[in-house]
Amino acid sequence: MTRVTSRLNGLDFQQAVVYFGFLAIFLFFAVTLYDDGFLTQRNLTNIVLQTAPATIMAVGLVFALSAGEIDLSFGSIVAVSALSCAVILQDYPLPLGVAVGLGVGMGIGAFNGVLIAYLKLPSFLVTLATMGLFAGIARSMTDLRSIPVMNDTFTGIFGSGKLFSVPSLVIWTVIGVAVGHLIYRHTRFGAHVLATGDNPRAAQVSGIKVPRVRLYVMMICGGCAGLAGLLYAGRLQAAKYTLGESDLMTVIAAVIVGGTALNGGKGSVIGALLGSLLMGMLNNGLILMNLKVSDQMIVRGLIILVAVALSLRDSNR
Amino acid sequence: MTAEQNVLSLTNIHKAFGGVVAIQDFSLDLKAGEVVALVGDNGAGKSTLIKIVSGVYTPTSGSIELDGEEASFSDASSARSNGIEVVYQDLALADQQPVFMNMFLGRELTKPPFGLLDKDRMRRESQELVDELDVRIPSASSTISQLSGGQRQGIAIARATHWASKLILLDEPTAALGVAETARVEDLIENLKKKNLAILIISHSLDQVFRLSDRICVLRRGQQIGIRETAKTDKNKIVSMITGVA
Ligand SMILES: Nc1ncnc2c1ncn2[C@@H]1O[C@H](COP(=O)(O)OP(=O)(O)O)[C@@H](O)[C@H]1O
Ligand SMILES: [Mg+2]
Repeated sequence: MTRVTSRLNGLDFQQAVVYFGFLAIFLFFAVTLYDDGFLTQRNLTNIVLQTAPATIMAVGLVFALSAGEIDLSFGSIVAVSALSCAVILQDYPLPLGVAVGLGVGMGIGAFNGVLIAYLKLPSFLVTLATMGLFAGIARSMTDLRSIPVMNDTFTGIFGSGKLFSVPSLVIWTVIGVAVGHLIYRHTRFGAHVLATGDNPRAAQVSGIKVPRVRLYVMMICGGCAGLAGLLYAGRLQAAKYTLGESDLMTVIAAVIVGGTALNGGKGSVIGALLGSLLMGMLNNGLILMNLKVSDQMIVRGLIILVAVALSLRDSNR
Repeated sequence: MTAEQNVLSLTNIHKAFGGVVAIQDFSLDLKAGEVVALVGDNGAGKSTLIKIVSGVYTPTSGSIELDGEEASFSDASSARSNGIEVVYQDLALADQQPVFMNMFLGRELTKPPFGLLDKDRMRRESQELVDELDVRIPSASSTISQLSGGQRQGIAIARATHWASKLILLDEPTAALGVAETARVEDLIENLKKKNLAILIISHSLDQVFRLSDRICVLRRGQQIGIRETAKTDKNKIVSMITGVA
């Protein structure tokens, strides 16, 4: 019994890391950076706006990790999707641009997924390769040029617009997290994702179509990266091959800190949101502290290391 | 259905993995309400045979009939939809999920109008089931990894009994259990028999085999040595059939 309760405490602790970490960092910056305007509504809103694409990517990654797979290519997918969308929007109406942006994301996800699910290649290696492949394609698509996005409706919906005075990027964050959470926790598909990552053999003998689940999680991951690409293109009013390039570490860290297991079977979409906001706060705070970019990277790396170590404390017993 | 009809009929089943012959020319008929024990040393092919019946493996040759009709299960789920449930030796449970999700793994209940999971009902029905079978666990919401080996086996058996309508295959269901837990599982198997299910059980405990079974089928290195009526044989005879030493 004591073993059971200590296990339960361990679980609580794991889930709590992200809440405590969030609060601790928030309070730390609130005090030390009060004079620099960390607590102003403008700054706090900015943090949410800036993390919106990363949060959407994190939601997708929760599905891939929970099914026992990983996606390293989502950063490259972001760039290819954003560029495809921007190119289409130059000559065609908005719905086509959006459809192409999202379709490219899901398509690349499906490409990853087929290699992983049906050719049974390890997702780490597949997506390591496609990360490079699509980073290259993003560069060659427009000869490293940035493509402006002039469509005001698009930049409104996916960037600077507001609905009932709520910024659209906040709305996208809420929708992405809510839909992700609903699918993850309250549908049969979500249950099958968790079972597949937890024990693929058990899932399979229980009639779950394990390869199909693997394909779908990679498509979800790609689709979320595609949406993140649209959000970047909307906010920056342009698409460039560098979009999403630097998100890999932040998003993986956000998801792990948020309580999702690296080897599958366990996770949280809400936790990923908090993890992502935590990373956003960290970025913001370190910039307000006037640290050099190199020092920011070092401090961020160290803090992520501590946070990840804490949230994995119980699972590597 | 006549009382005499076989629930399961295996005829001349043969299974090879590459060059390794795991099962050679195996035949067995199983009737409703009958318990047949499958015995043999490690590596004799018992688990392989169970996996052939449950659709995990396809036999190299031979026929499987269910209720007198030729059946060929392409995978585990088609066997399940035909009322066959298996308790695997290496437990097929998802360790990080709660008991109730395991109980309904692959057959999760949903509720209208959106088809979302009906967790309350799954929790409630799981609780009723484990209570009925007297599997003592903290609650249906407990995570499997928090449970003991005996409790896990209890969950696996409860799941099989909940879903089986014709045939239950048990691969060493009490190997990991203590004395009291074993007795409870044996009671459970007696109950299944009364429910008129056909039961094929693998066990290394001859005491158990003699307590539970109507017939005993002996395998040695993939070969079917013979089938005996439990009431008309004794342990020494079965042991010599298993070992091949007269
Ligand atoms: N998937 C497989 N691939 C190759 N050989 C196998 C496989 N499964 C079982 N075997 C072989 O078949 C034989 C019977 O194994 P098994 O059915 O597990 O025996 P038992 O359950 O009676 O101990 C063994 O020689 C084993 O090595
Ligand atoms: Mg075995």
